Amino acid sequence: MNYYDLTAHEIHELLVKKEVTSVEVTNSVIERAEKTEPYIESYLERTFECAVNTARKVDEKIAKGEDISPLEGVPAALKDNLCTKGVKTTCASKMLENFVPCYDAFVVKKIKEQNSPVLGKLNMDEFAMGSSTETSYFKTTKNPYDINKVPGGSSGGCAAAVCAGSAVYALGSDTGGSIRQPASFCGVVGLKPTYGLVSRFGCVAFASSLDQIGPITRDVTDCANVLNSIVAHDELDSTSLDIPKVDYTKALTGDIRGMKIGIAADYIQDGINEDVKKAFLSAAETFKALGAQVGEYTMKAAKYALPAYYIISGAEASSNLARFDGIRYGYRSKKYEDLTELYKNTRSEGFGAEVKRRILVGTYALSAGYYDAYYKKAQKIRTVIINDFNEQFEKFDFIITPTTLSTAFSIGEKIENPLEMYLNDLCTVSVNIAGLPAISIPCGFDSGGMPIGLHIIGKALSEETILRAAYAFEQNTRFNKKRAIVKNKEGREI
Amino acid sequence: MSYETVIGLEIHAELSTATKMYCGCPTSFGSEPNMHCCPICLAMPGTLPVLNKKAVEYAIKAGLAMNCSITDMGKQDRKNYFYPDLPKAYQISQLDTPICVNGYIDITPGGKTKRIRINRIHIEEDAGKLLHDAAGSSTLVDYNRGGTPLIEIVTEPDISSSEEARLFLESVKAILQYIEVSDCKMEQGSLRCDVNISVRKKGENKLGTRTEMKNINSFKAAVRAIDFESNRHIEEIEYGGKLIQETRRWDDAKGESFSMRGKEEAQDYRYFPDPDLVYIAVSDEMIAQIKNSLPELPAARKERYIGEYNLTPYDAEQITNSKHLADFFEECISCGATPKTVCNWLIGDIAKTLNEKNAEPADIPFSPAQLSKLIELIEKGTISNTAGKKVLSEMFEKARNPEEIVKELGLVQISDESALLRIITEVVSANPKSVEDYKAGKDKAIGYLIGQAMRATKGQGNPQIIAKLLKDELDKNI
Repeated sequence: MNYYDLTAHEIHELLVKKEVTSVEVTNSVIERAEKTEPYIESYLERTFECAVNTARKVDEKIAKGEDISPLEGVPAALKDNLCTKGVKTTCASKMLENFVPCYDAFVVKKIKEQNSPVLGKLNMDEFAMGSSTETSYFKTTKNPYDINKVPGGSSGGCAAAVCAGSAVYALGSDTGGSIRQPASFCGVVGLKPTYGLVSRFGCVAFASSLDQIGPITRDVTDCANVLNSIVAHDELDSTSLDIPKVDYTKALTGDIRGMKIGIAADYIQDGINEDVKKAFLSAAETFKALGAQVGEYTMKAAKYALPAYYIISGAEASSNLARFDGIRYGYRSKKYEDLTELYKNTRSEGFGAEVKRRILVGTYALSAGYYDAYYKKAQKIRTVIINDFNEQFEKFDFIITPTTLSTAFSIGEKIENPLEMYLNDLCTVSVNIAGLPAISIPCGFDSGGMPIGLHIIGKALSEETILRAAYAFEQNTRFNKKRAIVKNKEGREI
Repeated sequence: MSYETVIGLEIHAELSTATKMYCGCPTSFGSEPNMHCCPICLAMPGTLPVLNKKAVEYAIKAGLAMNCSITDMGKQDRKNYFYPDLPKAYQISQLDTPICVNGYIDITPGGKTKRIRINRIHIEEDAGKLLHDAAGSSTLVDYNRGGTPLIEIVTEPDISSSEEARLFLESVKAILQYIEVSDCKMEQGSLRCDVNISVRKKGENKLGTRTEMKNINSFKAAVRAIDFESNRHIEEIEYGGKLIQETRRWDDAKGESFSMRGKEEAQDYRYFPDPDLVYIAVSDEMIAQIKNSLPELPAARKERYIGEYNLTPYDAEQITNSKHLADFFEECISCGATPKTVCNWLIGDIAKTLNEKNAEPADIPFSPAQLSKLIELIEKGTISNTAGKKVLSEMFEKARNPEEIVKELGLVQISDESALLRIITEVVSANPKSVEDYKAGKDKAIGYLIGQAMRATKGQGNPQIIAKLLKDELDKNI
């Protein structure tokens, strides 16, 4: 048995039965990482030794006969925009190449409290801006199903690591699809929780009103367990919700009889890959077969969601990233004669092209004379989208769309064409705009063997509903059981 | 040609909350640089702001004390600009939903009441401080002050002279101190103001070109800056110069204002609602509760002093403009001192001494009981008025009991009539010429004789008694 192939709950069972130790599992994952990393390149920083120490502690606990929580002793990794005390947090940017936070993000604290051995920090698009990890200053992560293809982004390192077996689960962040799209591309499960459910404290901000941290896992049960461990009210995040604690695993009943499902018809017409469309329609049939009712609907503002998203996220990013000015931390240019030059050169040299593009768009959208035409109008569209969703959720328990209209694309294919790259977020952005929860789960493979994702959207705080639907689907399809076979450039399994 | 000056003020007051606006760091002044900082107020990546509820309460308190309406749903906005003292590269402020709106303060220039309207009061955070080293080769930043809560009070352009501006500023300071939301220490920068000024010919409706002056660090500087700037405007108009709308920096040492930046270079702050923060919801109950907690305000106290203690409006205002002075005044009265006398001491010699020492009423080193004792010593005739002033200046130095000082300096007045009579008899017999003059009707001569008697008592004789006894003695011999 390859322990690195197991899910967190399978590992937990073995640990409880004392059939394996956490150190053995952790070492298995580390060995797997050492084998796959030269090809996949998902890690930016490795803390393997530290992970083994945590594993050892858990093993002592088990040896003493103490109970362990579901994630205890299960090795995990973190997207590199989640602050880790004493461990570099770079956001895959030259700007923060040597930045070491002095505190742990809220979710990092939660994971550490769970005694989950933390293996390291995972690659991403620079400051979470991108859909392929190609905007990372350091390296491009490869899709474990085909190393010529992107893993998606921005949490591409997370999805690739979980897919390849070099982490059992990971925490990513999702601003416009950054958890769900890579999960879809790598055939794993990715959840973006309701805005405010998970504290953002310690997640380096991209777009504050859209960012949410969420789990990337190998199946829906793991997703529910990880969610259980990171949901809590945080007084240090003003937007953190203070609601009664829920056990999300209770929703995993497998029963969706009588549930009403809406199909967003807008997304299965133009521009959709035929294999993706086939897998999606077949998923709808699966739900029907499980006793759900399926209906179609048209989103009123579907075509405005993407432009509204790029204006709002750009505007917020232009302000959030202003603190990277070379004064207190991070990169500082060596060439400057005065303050203005220090700012200009630091930011010109420290940020990559995509980050600069977003900052420019956002700055423009907020400028005097353009504010009403762009930022304000985008906010109005936001209201229209929220109302539209609210209307749909009067009719449906949840909505399904493909996570993306195509499967993973080749490295280099879209990086020179930002508009085409931005289309990756077509199905996912409106969820962030409306602050809703959504999950991507594997629902098939295209003719080339690349994974396809099913996107399930619920109303605010209906994580239980979408997890229930996802679990029922998973139990009856088993697409999640497939593991990627990592092959080198010559096509030989490594 | 006569001109009229139109002035609007923007006053920044640091709120005296224990902790900063968006984190738990202390706000106290005077620590080593960068000791009152945390990841949040240093804007480390990933940190988020959480609003200090006390700051909102204080701002509402100030608004209610200045007759404002309170906004029930306020938001906070980001004002974006780059400067090393601003760690997030944006200041969290309020653009279009200030927490308080439409208030006023009445001032009484030349004894006539004038209403100065307040457009708004909003909350925002302070920036850090740049420290330039002596050699000028490097600049350091101290973020201790960064994130301290501020209120900005913006007036309508209702002020028409430097004197009115001073009265208004004093009123604002008095109110903020009364309601205990700000220390108002200008020298520590906890109260600062910007002046917007324009000049127009009397009778004209259209406002003239406006300039804004920054860097004004005291009420005196505000007066000087306004006088300078309005004269500059008038001169520009008279001599056909071209006034431009601009921001100017007041240099108090030089007594001049200098151009900082023109309208064209005005910064675009790209304000937008801060997505990290939620709406500030203020309930009617909260407003009522704060309203009930307001103490007696300077205006009401002034009226009470006029009615209850028979002070003149001017005197009453001088006392009530400082909460500390007014509290001191009332304690003296409860010690039994006469209100008018206490008032004269407070706004006379004591105010003068404070002024010379560049100190505030809070710095008075002696207690109200000690001042009352001094007044009693004078009223009972134990010491003379002149000796009283000497005792006061000693009390400022040493804060000791006036009786002790009187004893130590040998200031006790001789009021014993038999002792004084003996001296007077000697003076009369030693100065026959003056006695002759007095009898011949030269009243001035008695002054000389009193002087001689005082000299003979080494200045300790009670001058009133000496005068009376001397007059009796001279008249007896006619």
